[in-house]
Amino acid sequence: MAQKILAAHCGRDYLEPGELVKANVDIVLGNDITMPLAIEEFKKIGVDKVFDSEKVVIVPDHFTPNKDIKSAEQCKFIRGFANEQSIKNYFEIGSMGIEHALLPEQGLVLPGDLIIGADSHTCTYGALGAASTGVGSTDVAVAMATGTAWFMVPQSLKFNYSGNLKKWVTGKDLILYTIGLIGVDGALYMSMEFAGQAIKSLSMDSRFAMCNMAIEAGGKFGIIEFDSTTQKYLEGRHRRPYRIYNADSDAGYYRQYDIDCSDIELQVSLPHLPSNAKSASQCSDIKIDQAVIGSCTNGRMEDLEIAASILKGRKTARNVRTIIFPATQQIYLEAMEKGYLRTFIEAGCVVSTPTCGPCLGGHMGILAAGERAVATTNRNFVGRMGHPKSEVILSGPAVAAASAIAGRIAVPQEVL
Amino acid sequence: MIIKDRAIKYGDNVDTDVIIPARYLNTINQEELAAHCFEDLDADFKQKVKDSKIIIAGDNFGCGSSREHAPLSIKASGVKLIIAKTFARIFFRNAINIGLPVIPGAEAAEKISQGDELEVDMDKGIIKDVTSGREFKINPVPAFIQEIISSGGYINYTKKSLSQG
Repeated sequence: MAQKILAAHCGRDYLEPGELVKANVDIVLGNDITMPLAIEEFKKIGVDKVFDSEKVVIVPDHFTPNKDIKSAEQCKFIRGFANEQSIKNYFEIGSMGIEHALLPEQGLVLPGDLIIGADSHTCTYGALGAASTGVGSTDVAVAMATGTAWFMVPQSLKFNYSGNLKKWVTGKDLILYTIGLIGVDGALYMSMEFAGQAIKSLSMDSRFAMCNMAIEAGGKFGIIEFDSTTQKYLEGRHRRPYRIYNADSDAGYYRQYDIDCSDIELQVSLPHLPSNAKSASQCSDIKIDQAVIGSCTNGRMEDLEIAASILKGRKTARNVRTIIFPATQQIYLEAMEKGYLRTFIEAGCVVSTPTCGPCLGGHMGILAAGERAVATTNRNFVGRMGHPKSEVILSGPAVAAASAIAGRIAVPQEVL
Repeated sequence: MIIKDRAIKYGDNVDTDVIIPARYLNTINQEELAAHCFEDLDADFKQKVKDSKIIIAGDNFGCGSSREHAPLSIKASGVKLIIAKTFARIFFRNAINIGLPVIPGAEAAEKISQGDELEVDMDKGIIKDVTSGREFKINPVPAFIQEIISSGGYINYTKKSLSQG
């Protein structure tokens, strides 16, 4: 599927895995960490204007609201560039959300698109049937100047998910389980296609969470075929036409995996690799100091709804700091209207404005030495959320909310 | 080009968070980034890199974030070359784009030891471990990537191709 999208963007009918091609991109994305470097490099190329001021998207979301003077300077620098270049899709605080929740929500990324972003989780948009991948600042600089990027055509892995999901299990559990199965480099340089009946029955939010973490298995793309769920999601959002690509029935996959979801329990990934996946129910003796619910992986409505349904009328444990950060302003507003914010605050949680902050140990929830968090984020590397001697356990929203109440890793059944 | 230096050896899955922790990403100043390079992985890196400027690593080197600050901080620390069993893809392209030589080579990465003196002939594609007397072949680099490297990075390559129309 990704091969077909790449081929269409470089004027070819067919591409062979391993080929190096230059292709036209539909959207180029950067944030407050990667954009300053991209702008510096862009200026060296000697082109005055970006290739298309509507196709460059800039979202200052990592260290915002500005966490310190240096971050403020970086944001000021990219704001200046956005104004000078008349970048239409520059999102200032107030309209800003976490980029990978914001771009789909705003209808900026569509099926059949070829997208690059200077953020590794750019692979999220594959959930819409797009070929979308993370690159570095220099790639973004060149793409802003030329509208093109170089790609190595990847091999594809197909994951066929069957069976019914157990109660509380979401896309996050499926992807943690999958990374546990294949390892953090199990899809190195490859495209991961998520397919099967269980995927067809997944919500868009769960699909985003799955594709978001393709990079955690080393993947270049995480991609799901367009279907009625995708179509419904796009209604009222897209302002330009899109193209649907389906996988060929005889597509040559490097490898196929059959996964029966009816066996998959709520998952956690223990420190310090996303591939250290285990059933949450086997980890009930692990104490936590912090619970974090949000991020580009799990800061969408479905996640807040699950968390609210568990936290409603209950209190978080005395020694657990619970931080909830809705991924966009729109999600924040909807959560307010549905009463989730009240539920969270009454349960003893803190509700933050949209930011990537805690996920990458930037701000808004840094861990001290020896502390441990359960988080619905995407990485649990050494020092990811703060001190190099702190720990992060990854989970979906249900386990994070239940653990916040129990003060240790818990599944909802233990606290409801 | 021949690169001569000693090896610093690391393991598998060296991620971008330990190469340059996010808490230092509020700047793009390369000297500042270099000052914190590998801080959470190896407290002695700054000492080691004084006389060992080739990094040898295991699988999936540079996994994690897309931060170009990772290869930049390594390059600004004085490292001349990284040889790893495999590289994470974003790190790999970032390194090429900024002109930091990276060589995937499973056998070399396995057999070269910490502190070994190496001579790497980039043109002939040979890694010579002077300490152990072993030699390893480098797989040829695709022409397009070679062109980026010989132009001194992706920006210079782009400038050149734009001026040639």
